Amino acid sequence: MTDRIEPPSAADTPPAPRPPRWWLLLGRDRLAAVASAVLTLVVLVALSGRLFIGDRAQRQDLRASLRPPSLDHGVYGLLGTDVLGRSVLARLVDAAGTTLSVAVPAVLCSLVIGSALGLWAGYHGGVRESVTMRVADVILSFPSLLIAVVVLYVFAPSAMNIVLILAVTRVPVYLRTARAESAELRSRLFVDAARTFGTPSRKIIYWHVLPIVLPTLLTVATLDFCFVMLTESSLSFLGIGIQPPDVSWGLMVAQGRQYLGTAWWIAVLPGVAIVLTTVSATVLAAWARLATDPAQRWRLTLPRKRRGATAVPTEMIQ
Amino acid sequence: MVPFLRKRVVSSAIPLLFVVLGVFFLARMTGNPVDLYLPLSATPEQRADFSAAQGFDDSVPVQLWHYLTGAVQLDFGTSLRTGQPAATMVLDAFPVTLQLAGVTMLLAISGALLVGSLAAYRPGSAIDRIAGLLSMTAASIPDFWFAIVGVLVFGVSLDLLPTSGTLGGPEVWILPVATLLIRPFGVLVQVVRGSMVGALSAPYVKIARSKGADARRVVFGHALRNAVTPVLTVAGDLTVALVNGAVIVETIFGWPGIGKLMIDSILQRDFAVLQAAVLLTAVTIFALNILVDVCHALLDPRVRQAVPA
Amino acid sequence: MKPSPFDPDRPALDVEGLCVDLRTPSGTVRAVDGVSFGVHRGRTLALLGESGCGKSMTALSVVGLLDPVAEVTGGAVRVGGTDTLRLSRAERRKLAGPVLSIVFQDALTALNPVQPVGRQLGEPFRIHRGFSRRRAEEEAVRLMTRVGIPEPRLRARAYPHQFSGGMRQRLLIAMAVALDPDVLIADEPTTALDVTVQAQIMRLLRDLQTERDMAVVLITHDLAVVAQRADDVVVMYAGTVVENGTVREVFSHPRHPYTKGLLDSVPEDAVRGRPLPAVPGSPPDLSAVPSGCVFQDRCPLVRERCVRERPPLRSVGASRSAACHFSEELHRV
Repeated sequence: MTDRIEPPSAADTPPAPRPPRWWLLLGRDRLAAVASAVLTLVVLVALSGRLFIGDRAQRQDLRASLRPPSLDHGVYGLLGTDVLGRSVLARLVDAAGTTLSVAVPAVLCSLVIGSALGLWAGYHGGVRESVTMRVADVILSFPSLLIAVVVLYVFAPSAMNIVLILAVTRVPVYLRTARAESAELRSRLFVDAARTFGTPSRKIIYWHVLPIVLPTLLTVATLDFCFVMLTESSLSFLGIGIQPPDVSWGLMVAQGRQYLGTAWWIAVLPGVAIVLTTVSATVLAAWARLATDPAQRWRLTLPRKRRGATAVPTEMIQ
Repeated sequence: MVPFLRKRVVSSAIPLLFVVLGVFFLARMTGNPVDLYLPLSATPEQRADFSAAQGFDDSVPVQLWHYLTGAVQLDFGTSLRTGQPAATMVLDAFPVTLQLAGVTMLLAISGALLVGSLAAYRPGSAIDRIAGLLSMTAASIPDFWFAIVGVLVFGVSLDLLPTSGTLGGPEVWILPVATLLIRPFGVLVQVVRGSMVGALSAPYVKIARSKGADARRVVFGHALRNAVTPVLTVAGDLTVALVNGAVIVETIFGWPGIGKLMIDSILQRDFAVLQAAVLLTAVTIFALNILVDVCHALLDPRVRQAVPA
Repeated sequence: MKPSPFDPDRPALDVEGLCVDLRTPSGTVRAVDGVSFGVHRGRTLALLGESGCGKSMTALSVVGLLDPVAEVTGGAVRVGGTDTLRLSRAERRKLAGPVLSIVFQDALTALNPVQPVGRQLGEPFRIHRGFSRRRAEEEAVRLMTRVGIPEPRLRARAYPHQFSGGMRQRLLIAMAVALDPDVLIADEPTTALDVTVQAQIMRLLRDLQTERDMAVVLITHDLAVVAQRADDVVVMYAGTVVENGTVREVFSHPRHPYTKGLLDSVPEDAVRGRPLPAVPGSPPDLSAVPSGCVFQDRCPLVRERCVRERPPLRSVGASRSAACHFSEELHRV
């Protein structure tokens, strides 16, 4: 009793009231609600935006060159035009598709590979565990942007290669998380019980370990999505990521840079799009960390002032 | 302390070895390494001459031997751009980046310790919430965008700060350091806050309070040193990741550091220089990891003891 | 030596109607509800109860170390006549150490892992008496000698993880008695230790108590410890006091069915071959404490009146009381 006071819902008390539904919890946290709305909007635009804009992201109109944002030139003039007279709004919408089509597959790949390897390594332990962890250490001990830069130098900077290299550099993040949790779970009684029934280890991992680790992994993935997005935009900014005529937010910043003094909107607006998306994902991940942790979830039901923001897990930093 | 160091050196050397070998094999994976070293416009005669001069006609084990012995003697070949030895160019650029990274991490760590501790002292307070939102934002702003907006606002519109170069007073440092700073600062504030909240609710802090210790003694005398251990690990990783930022910042602000050198050699296909820069970075990271471990051992008596096992 | 206005009749620690609220997922619950007790110098009072009954929370609120999720909402904690709950933070800090002190259960986490123990033991002297670092260290060595640490001068420079569990508990006790407090609160001081070490620690506590004339509040769930060590006992259940009095009287003639149930479940009195008597059921969830008697769900004597009306703590003899409508019936048994 000397340590932190636990909410008095011990195992032997009558069944606790059902935990509130997650969307109710989300509604109660205004910041997280706004963040999820922003992310939903970004995803919708990325998925369906190109249907609406047609070829306006590429259509040049030199008479409309470098128009500032205004209400005078219809919807596509709202956010101004670039030096070739292309609508910045249309390009932002087009770039949202490209950016997400790189970030989402990269995150999914690393999530699946990293989690599978980590669960396997952690469950079996021994040599399998130490070899896997060493490899993860090697990848993590080197700046990911540098790995990407070198690899994209040797191979061509196609979207496919960017996805692959981003996925590889992010695998260790999931691997470490999954390994730690699965190593902890392997000695639990319910896993032992399953083992005494002769359940093959592959099935134990799938049925008994994965469901427990999954919320954590998904939270890490949300946060990692930011990181992958930032790396992709950095690469594109440096000229070794997405190549024209394709367009991504990072590339738009790079293209707008030389007109910074005269037409700020070309470089600034795509950056705002990146910041809004990544900050939303970070806020949502912080919220999800509270919401998926049964020992923490109750904090979300408290009045606002008693709650503390949660931190980024330490794997997320590179 | 000595067996501790020896063990750490051995285990941190593995990634280093991987990088050294990785660079070698990567250059040979695409077929003829000459394609990597020479510009795309090189004539077949130039290619043949270069290939012979660099020993690319030898068998792979012989090439590996030459590569390794060369690397030990800091001989990575000569730059195609300048004709200087690649190692010289890299060693010239290195101190610039080191200074930039050093100043940045110093500011990031001290600032984060201050802000994170303040936030952790009263979880849920206004300071805590503001620090939480600010740090989350700081950790998710793209650094290249922050840099050019900084240039736009302070350099172009307000004309307060220089926008590129290293010549001049301390004001040339402000924008590059600020750009490099935001991400590590944001992440560290959250780490400091987390581990400080943990340390402040630990029984030994309660005991310190029961002895009548005031807030200053509780935070600085008891909690901080315990909370700083995870912070140190993260700070080490962030310093590694700072190379990512250095590439961007040096490109934007025109600083002649390692990052700029790497991007320039990539854009001009100067593979010898790129290779030397990558290897030097790897060695620095190797040294940094050991430094972090030594700091761990100095701060925590349990780490010092745990080694012989 | 201390400026406390000494009055032999006034208890060194007097807790009156203490209420502590705890914020939980399902709302605010009352974890400690109107707890009162008093201890005189030289005497030992045991706070007895199952885990979760509020005894530790009572102790933490007395020394002002509650976690932020808990809050004292009523009552008074008087030390030498002053109500510590009304004091400012700075004034309370002045009492922490020279007047009020606490020993925790887990000595490993209660000692700072990165500081040499000598420095931690000397800290009270540096805080309250402004001793130099060297002089505080001298005092620490003296304390370590007193609590029986071998080679104290050498060991003062060692770290907590280099000591055994029993030695760590000795260090913690030494730290708590450093400034001769009037009141020492011991929160399950021996629970984490081996039985043989437990006895040593309890003996050390007793010796220190006689030597320094302290009032001791011993928090425990161990009936044997209460029987051997305490003068008075306060039995707690679901945040309330259900019975109090001298250990001798309460243990020989319990006047509350819960106390009786606890005493009956001690294995020594059990009959071989029969199931061990136990109090059936489990304590109520703090968010759903019944409006009548708190013990009604588990009580063998429960009647309709118990559901309707909460029995107040009332006198059932010289200097003892119980909170049961039917305590007379137990008396007759």
